[in-house]
Parts: sequence; C-alpha cells; structure tokens
Amino acid sequence: MALQSRITRLVLPIGGRDHVLGPPDAPVTLVEYGDYQCPHCGAAHPVVKTVLRHLGRNVRFAFRHFPLAEIHPNALPAAEAAEAAGAQNKFWEMHDLLFANQDALEHRDLVRYAEALDLDLPRFVAELPEHTWYPRVREDFMTGLRSGANGTPTFFVNGMRHDGPWDAESLIEALAAPRVHASKDA
Amino acid sequence: MANANTLQQPAQATETGVLKPGVPAPAFALRSTPDQMVSLADFRGQPVVIAFYPADWSPVCGDQMTLYNEVLPEFRKHRAVVLGISVDGVWCHGAFASARKLHFPLLADFEPKGAVAKAYGAYRYPEGVSERALFVIDGNGSIYWSYLSPIGVNPGADGILEALESLSATPRPA
Repeated sequence: MALQSRITRLVLPIGGRDHVLGPPDAPVTLVEYGDYQCPHCGAAHPVVKTVLRHLGRNVRFAFRHFPLAEIHPNALPAAEAAEAAGAQNKFWEMHDLLFANQDALEHRDLVRYAEALDLDLPRFVAELPEHTWYPRVREDFMTGLRSGANGTPTFFVNGMRHDGPWDAESLIEALAAPRVHASKDA
Repeated sequence: MANANTLQQPAQATETGVLKPGVPAPAFALRSTPDQMVSLADFRGQPVVIAFYPADWSPVCGDQMTLYNEVLPEFRKHRAVVLGISVDGVWCHGAFASARKLHFPLLADFEPKGAVAKAYGAYRYPEGVSERALFVIDGNGSIYWSYLSPIGVNPGADGILEALESLSATPRPA
C-alpha cells in the first residue's frame, strides 16, 4: 500500500477572525488557502461556488490568504486589497472581482475595483501603501504553513488537508465522507 | 511495519527507506551551477534542510521548491539553510531556479546519478529519481529529523518548521 502522508490538520479552526460563508452550525467545513494571482486558484473559484451551492446550508466555507509572492508579485497587494475591502464589509465582493480579473491586479486595478464596490476610497487608498492588512495576510499565511498548506490552492476538508483532486465532485464527495480522525489504518 | 523492500535498503534505513534521526548525515559535494560546488560540510554549525525531490518543473503553484522559497525567512530565523537536491543536471536546475526565482541552491545529484539520494536512502530505483524526502541536519552534521513523503504529495513545510523549532530548543553540547 502507498505510503501514508503526514497527518496535516488545520491548526486554526474557522473562527470569528475569518471571512466565512455558510451557517456557524453547518455540519461540514471547507477552508481554502489561496492566492489571487494563482491560475489554479482562479480555476478553483467557480468550483468552490458550485460546491457551496450544492451543499447549501450544510457547509461553512472560509477563505484564507496564501500568497506565493515570489512567483506572483501581485498576490500580496491583492490579498491586502481584499482585507481592506473586508474592513468595509465587502470582502467577498472584492474576492470575486480579484478572481474574475486575475490578469489585472496592479495597484491601479485594485483602486478601480474599490471604486466599483463603492468603498471609502481615501481609506482604501491609504491602507494599501501602509500595509495595514499585511499582518492579517501574514497570519493567514503562517497558519496555512503550520497546517501543511503546500501550494495554492490548498483545501482543508473538516480540518484535514485534502490531498486529492479538487473538482466539484471530488470536493463534495470528500465533504460528505464520514469524518476520519487521524486514522492511520484505513 | 515489515516491508517487502527492506532487503534492498541500506542497513541504517528505516522501514520506509530514508536515513533516520541520530545517524551522521552522509557527506556530499554537488554542483549547484556549472562552476560551483556545494558541500554539506560548508554548513557545519548551523541547521541544514535537505529536500530531495523527484524532478524540476513540477506544476508551479503546488511546487515544493516554490513553497520553500516563500518560507526561507522562517527557515532563516533558525539560521537554517535549504538545499534542494534532484537528479536533474545543473543547466536544468539553473533554468528552473531562474523561472521560479528561487533564492536557495538546487544541487545536481547527476553523476554518479543519484549517489547522494542513495546514501540517504531516498532513491527510487524503478524510476531513477529521488524520493520526495526531507532531512533536517543539525549543526554537528547528524540527522535530526527525516520524513519520506508519498511521491505525489508535496509535504509542505510544517514538519520542517517543527523540527527546526525543536532543534533550536535543544541545548547544544558545549
């Protein structure tokens, strides 16, 4: 039989700090560590929407930042922009815009999206260069790292790293599977 | 625990093949560029993270070396250096490192092919590539932690960080 992977568990459960979709008492949880400039995350974005639609009130979803800034120079500013929008209660709106426009994530583009979302623009524009939200993005990154996030996107299904394929069917199947807690023997 | 392959493994290898903690890390000197050699001995006195991986050019966003490149500042907090090792040649490594903007050396375990991977119990004979195996070597040149990942699974960085933290917390003999 194939070698067992390290048991990789989410070190920080979904909590009040997170951007969350779905009810707090949903029976299953999905956490994505993602990067707005990563094409695979862009491909995963509609997949996650499909999964959430399919599972409805039964799933809670949180998105956390995992910008691979060395290969994606716009990933970090984009993540900060999402947080800046989040501070004005428009996280998911900005999140969708960023994934819909992955090839336009320069500073001027981020400002354009903030404008389109009718954000308090002076505040948004001031927060980006001050890196007001960098610590928050960094905290996401570090929790991902400590949880075994190994690239983007990395999904955690009910707190365990999901190493399989992440098409909608596979994610739904993984989320629906009976929970296995750190079992070494299948 | 018993494994049908144990007969082919070096004496000191664990049941999964890779050298285990407590044994001296086999010495090596490998090329990082056409005219530069890197030796394990160069880093005596500081922790060394060795990441054997099967091949350059795996898909970008899930790539193990790309991840370690992002995590370098965390590794450096422990004064640790990172060395990536595969059987790819120096020119391949050079192109890969440049494309991914890697800031740590990739070493070519190229001739004799896979000799260092074999010494660490981290060579896959049928495929002729390194395993996806991680080692943390302490400042005295002993293996402090090792981990063999399923070849298709990028092991991430959490195990390495735990090992480095534990190593930093261990008092060094005077």
